[in-house]
Amino acid sequence: MIRFDEVFKRYPNGRNALASVSFHLQRGEMAFLTGPSGAGKSTLLKLVALIERPTRGSVLVGNQNTSRVRRRRIPQFRRRLGIVFQDHKLLNDRTVFDNVALPLVIASLSRRDMGRRVRAALDQVGLLGYEKRSPVALSSGEQQRVGIARAIASRPELVIADEPTGNLDPKLSREILELFERFNEVGVTVLIATHDLVLIEEHKYRRLRLDDGKIVSGHAE
Amino acid sequence: MHRLKHYLALHAQNLLGTLGRMARQPVGSLMTIVVIAIALALPTGLRVLLNNAQILSGSWDGAIDFTVYLKLDVDTARAEELTRDVQAREDVTQTVFISRSEALAEFRAYSGFGEALDVLDENPLPHALIVRPASGDKADVEALAGALALMPETDFVQLDTAWVERLNGILDLARRVVDMATILLSLAVVLVIGNTIRLEINNRREEIQVVKLVGGSDGFIRRPFLYMGFFYGLAGAAMAALTVTLSLSLLASPTHALAQLYGSSFNLAGLTWLQTLLLLGSGALLGWAGAGVAAARHLRAIEPS
Repeated sequence: MIRFDEVFKRYPNGRNALASVSFHLQRGEMAFLTGPSGAGKSTLLKLVALIERPTRGSVLVGNQNTSRVRRRRIPQFRRRLGIVFQDHKLLNDRTVFDNVALPLVIASLSRRDMGRRVRAALDQVGLLGYEKRSPVALSSGEQQRVGIARAIASRPELVIADEPTGNLDPKLSREILELFERFNEVGVTVLIATHDLVLIEEHKYRRLRLDDGKIVSGHAE
Repeated sequence: MHRLKHYLALHAQNLLGTLGRMARQPVGSLMTIVVIAIALALPTGLRVLLNNAQILSGSWDGAIDFTVYLKLDVDTARAEELTRDVQAREDVTQTVFISRSEALAEFRAYSGFGEALDVLDENPLPHALIVRPASGDKADVEALAGALALMPETDFVQLDTAWVERLNGILDLARRVVDMATILLSLAVVLVIGNTIRLEINNRREEIQVVKLVGGSDGFIRRPFLYMGFFYGLAGAAMAALTVTLSLSLLASPTHALAQLYGSSFNLAGLTWLQTLLLLGSGALLGWAGAGVAAARHLRAIEPS
């Protein structure tokens, strides 16, 4: 699903974020991306979402070489991908329903299908009945679940998450992780960047460990 | 069919969303609309006044009466005969004969030199014919005047078209000035709306990033801003139309009173339906264009990071 081949990323300010990163994440696999802050976890996810482009090397997502995706085609590329952010990135002037429906509006779904999909997504994250609420009225954990519902509403094959439990207590973190596990069980490929070691230790999933821009363990399976 | 329905639903949603957004900042929105209204009302108002001046000059243009003064030795019988001859011409609508004695009486009554005339032994005024040409065209009028000037009894023909030409010259110049004002103020409308949309884009920077992250295309992101520009332009134009109509109605009664003093039934013409429609359309188009320019310049720069 995701294949990195000798990927280097150097930012315009001269910082080398990734150096010679190679790994392959199988379709249907779930993995953690770990490592200390500044190790390059966010950069790696940005390369997957085409927020950044590699300086060298190739990044394949779903058999598509991202370097061949032209700027104009990036929106279509991102629609096949669910992204979860540490800071949720919800639109606070819209209801929970409208937030979750956003990718579906973009994908031109009919009003009826949209309602069905949004409710299904909210049901999966345990927030059915929250449609008319405003995100600001929700707790941090609930907001994160709305963000996850938005990421899965369009039923992507791949979900990437950047520190999805970053601001949550252990109990809430565990709940969030269970959500990802459930998606993975139905075949969704999941890549989660986190430095929450306690959480990782509780699970058997593959760990890609980044340090100083290099993968130090977990690259070979 | 489904796609079209969805497309329309999306537009309707955008439309309502944009109106709601504008209504949530009533003071700011209103100020922008007023600025646009002023910029549009100025050229519109000037154009309406110009139209009125044209109507007025046109009504004079069509009726350039001129006077044929006969020689002093032409007697009344011959003059009346001439009047009938001229009247019979195809290129003449009407001929009025003013005899020497009538002219004298009129002069005595209106000039204030009545007593001075008493000093003279005889009437110094000639017979005159006031001729109304059938055609208002300048060349035709001049040809007719020339023909009448060649009659042996004619002393001279007084044809005063110079002032009409001067008036038309002034109107031409005014039209040019109004055209320039229209272009400049239209540009101002584009810039005002462009700037408003630029601020709006900056205010919604985060939202734009989120929409880009979940796969919103440039067109999808641009749409609400284009709508906003469209509405600003449309609302500004509507307010401009209202302003012009209101101003004209304030001028209507004094204008009518003035016209009556000149024996005219002239009434100020306002904005026609077509002109109003044209104004609204131009306003909306300028707003759309301003928003388009701002969106093209600023949306691309906002990328998720």
